[in-house]
Amino acid sequence: MTDLLIKLIPLFPILAVILNGLVGRRYSHELAHRLAWGSVGLSFLCTIGVFADILRTGTPHEVIVYQWIFGGELTINFAYLVDSLTCIMLLVVTGVGLLIHIYSVGYMHGESGFTRFFTYMNLFMVSMLLLVMGNNYLVLFIGWEGVGLCSYLLIGYYYDKVSAAKAASKAFVVNRIGDAGFLLAIFLIIVNFKTLDYTNVFAQVGQLSPEMATAIALCLLVGAVGKSAQLPLYTWLPDAMEGPTPVSALIHAATMVTAGVYMIVRNHAIFDLSPTAMTIVGIIGGLTALFAATIGLVQTDIKRVLAYSTVSQLGYMFLGCGIGAYTAAIFHLVTHAFFKALLFLTAGSVIHALSGEQDIRKMGGLNTKIPWTYRLFLIGTVAIAGIPPLAGFWSKDEILAHAFTHHHYLLYSMAAIGALLTSFYMFRLTYLTFYGTSRMDHHTEAHVHESPMVMIAPLMALGVLSILGGFLGFPPEHGWFHQFLAPVSGTGGEHEVSTGLMLMLMMIATGIALLGWGLAHYFYSANLSAPDRLAAQFHAGYRILLNKYYVDELYDLLWVEPTKKLGLLLDWFDRTVIDGLVRIVARLAGLIAAGSTWAEKHIIYGGINVVGYGNHLAARQWRQLQSGMVHHYAAIIVAGLFLLAFIIQLFMQL
Amino acid sequence: MIPLSAYIAVSAVLFVTGLLGVLIRRNFIIVLMSVEIMLNAANINLIAFSHYLESMAGQLVALFIIAIAAGEAAVGLAIIIVVFRGKISTNVDEMNVLKW
Repeated sequence: MTDLLIKLIPLFPILAVILNGLVGRRYSHELAHRLAWGSVGLSFLCTIGVFADILRTGTPHEVIVYQWIFGGELTINFAYLVDSLTCIMLLVVTGVGLLIHIYSVGYMHGESGFTRFFTYMNLFMVSMLLLVMGNNYLVLFIGWEGVGLCSYLLIGYYYDKVSAAKAASKAFVVNRIGDAGFLLAIFLIIVNFKTLDYTNVFAQVGQLSPEMATAIALCLLVGAVGKSAQLPLYTWLPDAMEGPTPVSALIHAATMVTAGVYMIVRNHAIFDLSPTAMTIVGIIGGLTALFAATIGLVQTDIKRVLAYSTVSQLGYMFLGCGIGAYTAAIFHLVTHAFFKALLFLTAGSVIHALSGEQDIRKMGGLNTKIPWTYRLFLIGTVAIAGIPPLAGFWSKDEILAHAFTHHHYLLYSMAAIGALLTSFYMFRLTYLTFYGTSRMDHHTEAHVHESPMVMIAPLMALGVLSILGGFLGFPPEHGWFHQFLAPVSGTGGEHEVSTGLMLMLMMIATGIALLGWGLAHYFYSANLSAPDRLAAQFHAGYRILLNKYYVDELYDLLWVEPTKKLGLLLDWFDRTVIDGLVRIVARLAGLIAAGSTWAEKHIIYGGINVVGYGNHLAARQWRQLQSGMVHHYAAIIVAGLFLLAFIIQLFMQL
Repeated sequence: MIPLSAYIAVSAVLFVTGLLGVLIRRNFIIVLMSVEIMLNAANINLIAFSHYLESMAGQLVALFIIAIAAGEAAVGLAIIIVVFRGKISTNVDEMNVLKW
């Protein structure tokens, strides 16, 4: 029963993809979106069934759909492994996915390519489900590439916009770098273990030499860094905001970008063997969390601020992985999926209300005009800022506390500063968008309207989850969430920490969040001229932040431009040398063809004509034989008779 | 008892006479008569062998041949008459239109 449910989970969306993708043109948008979110809803119901079973029995399910690649000593099945980690991911993917699908019905209403949008979204759901459900690295890789493809397709959804098309290719190309690392890791795993199944690999993981474990872990990390937009491969994620807002919420905040974290937690047995790799994971996470948060301070595009905050929050998850707090990382993944999806979707609602305006300098004073959007955005902000008792506090505090109690003080301080910045820029965003005087132009202001119920309802669900989601992991390190995940990610808290220290750390975290709020309030509500003064005072620093540390420019200079130059060089080489060769060959072939045409006309046709003409002449001679004289015929008959008699006699004698 | 070879000899002489008649003579009626001679040479041969082998089959076949010869003569004469009406001639060499 459970096995059947597991098989059904990815089946519904793929059916919707096939229907909407192939014949979606022929029926109405209503049917198309019902198919799209209905299929995700059915998957969600199946997931709940599977979840209930796992919750009751606690045993992982391994379901082989069919034997896929076999031969020699390598067998790879197309199979699913559903354990508690997969279960959590499935709930997040299908649950948040369902809400975002419903929201999209309202948000994408009236867009051209409505059916195409839902086809891609469902294809994304299929890929993401394969990614989290696969029982081996190859199925994971299919999902991994599939979500990358859908990300590309959806970022480039408005493909007639040059910036969207460019952002899509950028995301795809940057992800390729990570995928190359992931592929190397898969090759190394095949070479070392002769299998790709998680269970077999993790059973034999002890035989690995530390160097090999480090190599595999680092290759996996490259893949995770690409997919989860960590330093130094994060540049594609802010640009990915060119896609429609539900895409940013689903793919570039809640699910796909967390695939890297999922993959590291899934492979924590390999990472555990290599302290070097763990340290690197932690440092990348910490640096990213801090780095992206600083950029987020000064961005003026509402979605870009959220994008940098996503990068920063993903950094926290990596940091959690790096210090061995796998459960906390997944916990943060889940709560982040809730509140970041909420933030993106409410941002989408704001953009929707302002007829496509994304610049927060042209907003303000929206709290009374779109009250529901405002309240929900505020919930998201408080949740991400880490103010108790909302979801973000519990998960983020757990990572911070784990870092502190395991003596990663450097990482702890990075994360703490990052948390301060997070709180600051999120409240800055809230103040600039919803408070103060309106800076909209009159035309936009006249059209401000609250979003329809089909958009607000999923937001309310996400809002409730953002408020209550944190209690899944309450009390810290011993919550329901930790017990549920313990079979997969191990018990992170073998350190028994005194309650006093925990409480103190919580107080510090809360204090940091409140300090961020206070600063934002001071700068953007109480003392409105302060930001400009500060920007003028630290002009150089402000420019650097505004231009995102010139990382894009640096990459352009270091990689993109040389690659383009190389491309031009190769193009020249192709046009002159290779095309030249091809042309010479073509010319030669032309000459040979002309020669053979001549030969055919004059030699072969000549020969054939000689034969034909010879026959003609011979026939002219031979027909003299038929003279019409009866005597001649009689004589020939007699001569033939004699000849026949002679031949028969000859044979008789033999 | 006359030996078989004598019959065969007579038959052969008759046959060659007929054959030469067909090949050499130009008169259509004589050619037809020569064909009759050849048929009768064959009849002599058949009857001789029939007697010699004490089988009635040869004689039976000879009777058939006589009947066919009669028919052939009738048809042949009819053709000759038709041709003669057109050409006022019974010379075989003048009837040479049956060619390419």
